[in-house]
Amino acid sequence: MIKVENLSKYFGEIRAVDEVSFEVAEGENLVLLGTSGCGKTTTLKMINRLIEPTSGSVFINDQNIMDQQPESLRLGIGYVLQNTGLFPHYTIEENIAVVPQLLGWDHARIKERTQQLIGKLHLDASLLKVYPAQLSGGQQQRVGLARALMADPPTLLMDEPFGALDNVTRAGIRKEFLQLDELTRKTIIMVTHDVQEAFELGDRICLMDKGRVVQIGTPKELLFQPADQFVSTFLQSDRLQLEFRSVTLNDIREHLPKTDTVNKDQSLWSAMESADKDGVADLSQLMNAFNQYQTKIKA
Amino acid sequence: MKDQQNLWAFMYQESDKLLTQTLQHIGLTFISLIIAVLVGLPLGIFIARKKRYSGAVLGIAGVMQTIPSIALLGFMIPLLGIGAKPAIVALFIYALLPIIRNTYTGILGVDAFVTEAATAMGMSKKQILFKVELPLAMPVILAGIRTATVINVGVATLASFIAAGGLGEFIFGGISLNNTNMILAGAIPAALLAIIFDFLLSRLQNIRLKKLKPATATIPVLLLILASLYFIPSAYGSKLLAGFTPEFMGRQDGDLGLKQKYGLKIRTIVISDAVMYKAAFEKELDVISGYSTDGRLKAFGLMVLQDDKGIFPPYYAAPIVRQSSLKKFPDLEKTLDLLAGHINDSIMTELNYRTDYLHQSPERVAKDFLVEQRLFKPSCNGTDGVVRIGSKIFGEQYILAQMYSMLIQGYTNHSVSTKTGLGGTKICFDALTNDQIDLYPEYTGTGLLVLLQPDSKIVDSLTVDKNKTYNFVRTEFVKKYNIAWLKPIGFNNSYALMMRQKQSDQLGVKTISDLKKYLDKK
Ligand SMILES: Nc1ncnc2c1ncn2[C@@H]1O[C@H](COP(=O)(O)OP(=O)(O)OP(=O)(O)O)[C@@H](O)[C@H]1O
Ligand SMILES: [Mg+2]
Repeated sequence: MIKVENLSKYFGEIRAVDEVSFEVAEGENLVLLGTSGCGKTTTLKMINRLIEPTSGSVFINDQNIMDQQPESLRLGIGYVLQNTGLFPHYTIEENIAVVPQLLGWDHARIKERTQQLIGKLHLDASLLKVYPAQLSGGQQQRVGLARALMADPPTLLMDEPFGALDNVTRAGIRKEFLQLDELTRKTIIMVTHDVQEAFELGDRICLMDKGRVVQIGTPKELLFQPADQFVSTFLQSDRLQLEFRSVTLNDIREHLPKTDTVNKDQSLWSAMESADKDGVADLSQLMNAFNQYQTKIKA
Repeated sequence: MKDQQNLWAFMYQESDKLLTQTLQHIGLTFISLIIAVLVGLPLGIFIARKKRYSGAVLGIAGVMQTIPSIALLGFMIPLLGIGAKPAIVALFIYALLPIIRNTYTGILGVDAFVTEAATAMGMSKKQILFKVELPLAMPVILAGIRTATVINVGVATLASFIAAGGLGEFIFGGISLNNTNMILAGAIPAALLAIIFDFLLSRLQNIRLKKLKPATATIPVLLLILASLYFIPSAYGSKLLAGFTPEFMGRQDGDLGLKQKYGLKIRTIVISDAVMYKAAFEKELDVISGYSTDGRLKAFGLMVLQDDKGIFPPYYAAPIVRQSSLKKFPDLEKTLDLLAGHINDSIMTELNYRTDYLHQSPERVAKDFLVEQRLFKPSCNGTDGVVRIGSKIFGEQYILAQMYSMLIQGYTNHSVSTKTGLGGTKICFDALTNDQIDLYPEYTGTGLLVLLQPDSKIVDSLTVDKNKTYNFVRTEFVKKYNIAWLKPIGFNNSYALMMRQKQSDQLGVKTISDLKKYLDKK
């Protein structure tokens, strides 16, 4: 569990982070979302003390991070950097093994864990002996993730983990990411400026602007109960797709003609994709139900 | 081809010395390099951490780098005496800047994301330094060490000026003695050392980052071995310590003659003329080879040991002039002869004392003297051609060149350009034969033994008499080089052995034979 209280960071006159507070429950995935320069990275770095806050405090499992040695604090937090930050003079294998080495794991254990993790992350074993410069951007980001996960830390901080990728590759990796068992148990704070990504991966989203929190809530709350004009404008361009993706059949159940065969967790989006084949309803029925749901929730 | 054979023959014949000098050279280079790495690396790391000190540290190291090497060696003597210590310190100072600067830039050149990642993974400052920053900066740091090594191989040749040995003994001995083989015997190995070390270090630099680990372990061991080479050649002991110039060491009328005619056995180190007198004054040395008219004789309380067996030939000074120049400037000879007979040994010593020790300018000393002798006339600002006067690189020659310059400007309608400080005899004489200068002051002994080099029978028959020597060089120079010796100026600046006046009194040593007797006593 991570608790952030009134956290601020000023760089001279610039208020990079201004009175930010939020809580992330055990096993939850909170996404910090916002435009470039709104203070996402700065917020994240204050949580593992890469940046010392101007004021405010951070608790991890009810322990103030200021009461801990920065090195031992960081050893317990996985961190994925915005631009991978792999060591150019280490092979991929050595890069992945950095934290276990620091923790003093024995050779066999490191080897075993490496094999396990590269399997899960679909990294070819032949890559282990090469240097980061020889890898593609996508491969480097997987290695960066592997490095953060190696010692299986309970907490994970990720700064634009898929930032360097094109949209197609990104979408693919996001799917894998959601299925990765390594991540489901972890408390994660993830930074992105990509709205789609935030909605797909976040249990909750913390939308930031100019160093301040504008709204914290589930994807649906942000869509249908925006705190202010900024939030709705921010989501405007992707609105329809976001709504289709975040509304489940369960939500619109009462407006559908037949309800017995409905898969509750299926999103409206995927129901629409399969509507004409074996779907629970045809496209116009789904649209209808969605419209009724919308008017009801806004009222 | 013949020259080459001679070179090999020379190197073979002198292989003992060559080996000693090469080992000393390598040793000096690497002792100072090790110290420079031990100091420079932490200093570079320090200023990479605390950048506000970087300006000051790099600035100071940079300024020290620009001190001319000879001057730096000169500064060292009062502090550290002569021998290996000051040489190592001087070399250390030269090696320092490239090492500090490259360590600093190498560490700053490490990508900030990489060090941030290292911090985020939980590494301590020390772990980041040793696991990330230094390995990544290593190619740049090695490039700095490589630069420092090559600089040091070069500067180490100057170590011979302060009795620290090295290949400079051959190089500078050879230059003074006009002995090309000797110069090459020192210069070729020195150049080879520079090339070899540069090559080896460049290989090291290119080793893949990873393999550097075992390599870095062997480097210090290797450096230590190379450094220890300095101590292999060790000198034999005697009661007194002599310091002779490289030139003196290789001359018949020098160390060789002392050994042959007097049977003198004294522990000897090779040292530059520039620092020798001071070293004697400061009791670093007991006996030195010097020049009988040197001003420092007076300044440092030294006395000349009488040459009772006559091994030092006369060195009467006279201007030597291209015959073509005498034709071109018909009134030149008459003007130069104005000075003849005006300066004897003690006057010359006095004049030298004023420039060398009181630091009066040679111009002023020359003018004062000419005025006093009623020879001075203000310049006519002549426009009828330029007379080019050369001089070797020491005070007495500067004074004489100035006197000739003033006389020519005062008595003729020519203007003058002076090319002073043309190094040793060889450089000056080459400038004269190649029509770079019209005249310079030369000494009869030098003309005979260094330039003409007749066989030893002729030398023996000539050097007992100053007139015979003068007449011989005058006729031979005209025949061989079309160069004329004008009238002698009057003083005899010959080689001499010197001691501190006080020590000479205490030991009762007044002649070179006395010295030998004293040394041979148990
Ligand atoms: N070390 C620093 N010194 C001064 N200003 C800084 C520093 N780091 C960040 N800032 C400023 O703080 C603000 C927030 O920066 P931050 O890196 O947290 O933004 P971000 O939300 O991560 O942006 P991006 O999406 O581009 O990564 C920016 O205005 C930035 O210029
Ligand atoms: Mg950022």
